[in-house]
Amino acid sequence: LSANKARAALVRRGLLSLNTTFHGSIVDEWGLAEYPDLRQHNNCMASHLTPAIYAKLCDKSTPNGYTLDQAIQTGVDNPGHPFIKTVGMVAGDEETYEVFADLLDPIIRERHNGYDCRTMTHPTDLDSSKLHSGRFDERYVLSSRVRTGRSIRGLSLPPACTRAERREVERVTVDALAGLSGDLAGKYYSLTQMTDAEQQQLIDDHFLFDKPVSPLLTCAGMARDWPDARGIWHNNEKTFLVWINEEDHTRVISMEKGGNMKRVFDRFCRGLKEVERMIQEKGWEFMWNEKLGYILTCPSNLGTGLRAGVHVNLPRLSKDPRFSKILDNLRLQKRGTGGVDTAAVGSTFDISNLDRLGQSEVQLVQTVVDGVNYLIECEKKLEKGQDIKVPAPPKGN
Amino acid sequence: MAKNCHNDYKMKFSGDEEFPDLSLHNNHMAKVLTKDIYNKLRGKSTPSGFTVDDIIQTGVDNPGHPFIMTVGCVAGDEESYEVFKDLLDPIISDRHSGYKPTDKHRTDLNFENLKGGDDLDPAYVLSSRVRTGRSIKGFTLPPHNSRGERRTIEKLSIEALATLSGEFKGKYYPLNGMTDKEQDQLINDHFLFDKPVSPLLTCAGMARDWPDARGIWHNDAKTFLVWVNEEDHLRVISMQQGGNMKEVFRRFCTGLLKIEETFKKHNHGFMWNEHLGYVLTCPSNLGTGLRGGVHVKLPKLSTHAKFEEILTRLRLQKRGTGGVDTASVGGVFDISNADRLGSSEVDQVQMVVDGVKLMVAMEKKLEKSESIDDMIPAQK
Repeated sequence: LSANKARAALVRRGLLSLNTTFHGSIVDEWGLAEYPDLRQHNNCMASHLTPAIYAKLCDKSTPNGYTLDQAIQTGVDNPGHPFIKTVGMVAGDEETYEVFADLLDPIIRERHNGYDCRTMTHPTDLDSSKLHSGRFDERYVLSSRVRTGRSIRGLSLPPACTRAERREVERVTVDALAGLSGDLAGKYYSLTQMTDAEQQQLIDDHFLFDKPVSPLLTCAGMARDWPDARGIWHNNEKTFLVWINEEDHTRVISMEKGGNMKRVFDRFCRGLKEVERMIQEKGWEFMWNEKLGYILTCPSNLGTGLRAGVHVNLPRLSKDPRFSKILDNLRLQKRGTGGVDTAAVGSTFDISNLDRLGQSEVQLVQTVVDGVNYLIECEKKLEKGQDIKVPAPPKGN
Repeated sequence: MAKNCHNDYKMKFSGDEEFPDLSLHNNHMAKVLTKDIYNKLRGKSTPSGFTVDDIIQTGVDNPGHPFIMTVGCVAGDEESYEVFKDLLDPIISDRHSGYKPTDKHRTDLNFENLKGGDDLDPAYVLSSRVRTGRSIKGFTLPPHNSRGERRTIEKLSIEALATLSGEFKGKYYPLNGMTDKEQDQLINDHFLFDKPVSPLLTCAGMARDWPDARGIWHNDAKTFLVWVNEEDHLRVISMQQGGNMKEVFRRFCTGLLKIEETFKKHNHGFMWNEHLGYVLTCPSNLGTGLRGGVHVKLPKLSTHAKFEEILTRLRLQKRGTGGVDTASVGGVFDISNADRLGSSEVDQVQMVVDGVKLMVAMEKKLEKSESIDDMIPAQK
C-alpha cells in the first residue's frame, strides 16, 4: 500500500509515467520518466544507481541546492570504456556525501576496496618522521612527487561553486600561502593576470595547468567561468606547488628531481600543516571528517587524496610478463610520464599508490617507498640474470 | 524547487562578488550586461528555475572573437524572455537591427504570397533549402530541460510526425537505436547530426544526456526533415537539389502547418507571441527562426570588390557549404537571409529569391567581362 502511495506521489510530481512501455527497457517497472538511460554505461555511478535509489534521491538537495541530477550528470554524459571504470559522479559540496549517501556509500565501497564509511574510520597521519627508507637509488628513480587536494569548508566545490565562492577560495588560499617563509616562501600567478613571460616560464617548468578539456570534468561544470579565480602558486625553489580552483579548491604538490622521497614528504607535510595553520588563524578550516578523511570533488580522492609517486626507469622489469601482477600486489599503479591516461615513454614509468582511503598518508607513502624499492631490487636482479619473485598480496586483498 | 534553492543561497554574496569578468569578451551579452542590470536580475528566476547566471553562462565561458559577434546568451524557457527582458531586450535590439520592445512581428506562412522563386538557374543554383525551429509550449528549452521533458517532447514529435501522409509520409530514426546501416545512410544523405562539440552549445548545457531522446525524422522522398532535441525542440528543414525555391517553400509551409495542427490537437501548440514571433533557444533565431538559402556558384562575383556590400544591401549573408563557420569550396557559397525578426517568412524568402536571381545575373555579366556597376542594388 505504501509503495502504491509512493508511486502515486511520483506520478503527481511528473517524475513517474503511467506509460511503462515508453522506450521499453530503459524504463523499469516503476516507469521513471527521469531515470537516465545507462544501458551503454560502465562507471561506478551506473553500477549503483538503481531506479529505486533514483526515485528516493531525485527530489532531494543539499542545503546549498545541489541535486542528484547535477551530481550524476558527468556519469550520464560519459558512458565510459569497457576497460576503464571511472567514478561517474562528483560532489558539489561537503553535504553531497551525506544527502546522497544511499548512492555514494556503495560507490565508495566499490572504489575503495570495501571501505564502509558507516562503520569504519579513516586515519589521518601527516607525521613524516615515521617514514623510513625513503631514499631511492637515483640510477633508477628520476623524480619523486607527492600530491593531495584540500577543500575549504563552507564553500561549494568546483562543480557547483559560484563565481563569488571561487574567488573566495582563491583569496583565502593566496592569503595563507603569502604567510609561508624560508624554503616555502613563494609567489602566486593568477591565470587572468600573468604576463606572457610568466606564462612561458610556468610552461617550461611544467607547472601551468590548462582549461580542462576532458569531458569527465567539463560535463561536471568544473570549467565554468574559466579562467576566473584560477591560478598557480609555487615556492621560489620550485619544489612546492599549489593549484587553485582546478578540479579541487586546492591541489598541493611537493616534488623534486631525484629519489629523496623522504625530503619530498617532509616538505609536503610541513607545507600542508603551515597552510592549515594560516587559514585557521583567519577562521577557516579544511573539509574533513573521521569517516571520509579529506573531502574532495571526486569520490576517488577521498581519505588522503594522496598520490605519491616516482618516475622510475625499469627497462627489464617493465617487459617482464609478471610486471602488472607485481604492481597489483604491491598496491601500486603505473601511468605514463604525462600523468593519468598517458602512455609511458621508453621504459620510464610513473609509479604511485593505488589506494586513497582507509590508510593514512604515512602508510600510503611507506607503501610506495617499500614497493618502489622492491621494483628496483627486481630490476637489479634481472640485470644480473637472476629470477624475481612476485610478492604476496597484502592481507585481506 | 532545488534550482531556486541554489539561487537563494547565491544571494548571500553581493552582486559585485558574483559579477562575471567580461574584460576580454566580445559578444552581445558582454556588451549589454552592466552591474546594474545584473544586480536587478540576479534575484529572479523563471517559474521553472532558470536564472540570469544560467542565461549568460555560455557567453561568460566563450569570450568570442574580435570579428564574429556571437549572442552570448540563451533562453531556458519561454518565460526567460519576459523575466530577463532588461537584459534580453537590448540584446535583441542589437542583434535584430534595432527591434524595439514595443515592435510587433508578422508571421506569414502562406507560400502563395511568394513571387517567383521557381526560375533560379540550376546551372548556378545547386540546391535550395529552408529551415526553421519550433518550441513546444509548456516545456523548457534544451539548455534547461530534464530527461523526462526531452523524452516527452520526442514522444509528442514522433506521434505528430506519424500522422503525416502523402508527400510527407516518413520515418523516425532515434539517435540511440539506429542500426549501422541506417546511420551510414543518414550520413550519406547529409542528414545525421552529431553531438554538439561547439563550446557555444556545450557550455549552455544543450548536450546533456546525449543521445537520449534525440533523433531525426525524414519523409520517404528525403525532401522534408525534422531534427528532434538538438539545439531547439524541433528543427524543420525542407530541401532539394536545384533552384526551385518556390517548391521548397511550399513544402516547408505546408508541412509546418500540418505538424502544428497535430501538436495543437494535443494541447501543445508552438511557443509564439506577437512581439517575438516563434520563441527559440537562441535570441538570434527569434521571429521566423527561418534561414532560407541556396548553394550557388559565384566564383567571379565572390571575388568582386563589392561582393560584401552587395550582400549587405540585399540583406543576405554568406557561409561556406558546410554551414555556419565553414569556408566556401570552389566558389560555391551558401547564401541566405540575414534577418529573422521584424519581417515575415515570405518577406525573408522573397529577399533570398530576388537577391540570388540578381547575383546570378551579375555572375553571368562578369563571365562576359561586362561591368555590373549599374546593377548594384540600393539598401533594402
